Amino acid sequence: MHSFGYRANALLTFAVTILALMCAMASICDNLNHPTPTSQVQVLNINWFQKQPNGNDEVSMTMNISADLQSLFTWNTKQVFVFLAAEYGTPKNSLNQISLWDGIIPTKEHAKFWIHTSNKYRFIDQGSNLRGKEFNFTLHWHVMPKTGKMFADKIVMSGYRLPQEYR
Amino acid sequence: MDWIGETVDSIKSLQIRQVLTQAVSLGMIVTSALIIWKALMCVTGSESPVVVVLSGSMEPGFKRGDILFLHMSKEPIRAGEIVVFNVDGREIPIVHRVIKVHERQDTGEVDVLTKGDNNYGDDRLLYAHGQLWLQRHHIMGRAVGFLPYVGWVTIIMTEKPIIKYILIGALGLLVITSKD
Repeated sequence: MHSFGYRANALLTFAVTILALMCAMASICDNLNHPTPTSQVQVLNINWFQKQPNGNDEVSMTMNISADLQSLFTWNTKQVFVFLAAEYGTPKNSLNQISLWDGIIPTKEHAKFWIHTSNKYRFIDQGSNLRGKEFNFTLHWHVMPKTGKMFADKIVMSGYRLPQEYR
Repeated sequence: MDWIGETVDSIKSLQIRQVLTQAVSLGMIVTSALIIWKALMCVTGSESPVVVVLSGSMEPGFKRGDILFLHMSKEPIRAGEIVVFNVDGREIPIVHRVIKVHERQDTGEVDVLTKGDNNYGDDRLLYAHGQLWLQRHHIMGRAVGFLPYVGWVTIIMTEKPIIKYILIGALGLLVITSKD
């Protein structure tokens, strides 16, 4: 009853239970945080805009992205993954989401940023619908915790209308 | 000579009873583990509710040895979600992030492109030859929760099978030799 094995077993079980409880509590108290991030994006230039030989439209653009995501960070936050997506509908597809730029924010100090960039991933439509198309810029974020549940949300920002002609 | 036979009989019956109890308790442990796993499958709707991260392609978010909890719901797949998918001709499922989504107007089918956060390019090189998009049926689930380090147990066990056998043997011995 009071052998070494039993005591070691009881100690281990207790330690693991406490650890699991603490992980759960850390994850639960993330729910108390109500973030209020802000973001802005500005298209500076359409670098080029053309139809690929296979018939799909492709566009390349240069943008200014600024955001303040400091309120997303809590003590259980390991990193925040943030990306800017172009979202639009076409007669063929009810929803197209194309990631244009993304980044990993490791700490709260880096969460207020400003970046001047051209699109990191290719902006290609499935088909030829981009001439004169208006799409929405959406900033998505994905909060990765040290442990527990992951959170994701987005803000929809101003739209942008692509030019009528290829260039 | 009668009493010798009686003692032998009583010892035999005792041993059989004890062996049976041990077998039943061992069976209980195995089946309860199985019940928990199957119940998780029902709750999450995913055929493998828990996966271990094996590569560093999602660092620094997910490291090798971390555990992910999956959930498979009817909700449509959207950009930014971390999905676990199977590619034809590859045995090990991959955990990566969705960066492009095209959802059909009429059928609601989706074309999805994924990328590892730590990889330079997208996943078209990992897909089957000539495959440009992932469809719904490739996707096993999306990651909803995260627990660090715990997966190292399984990684060590698969890479060093001897440790697995030692562990199983020791546990078996413990169960068999324990009196109450």
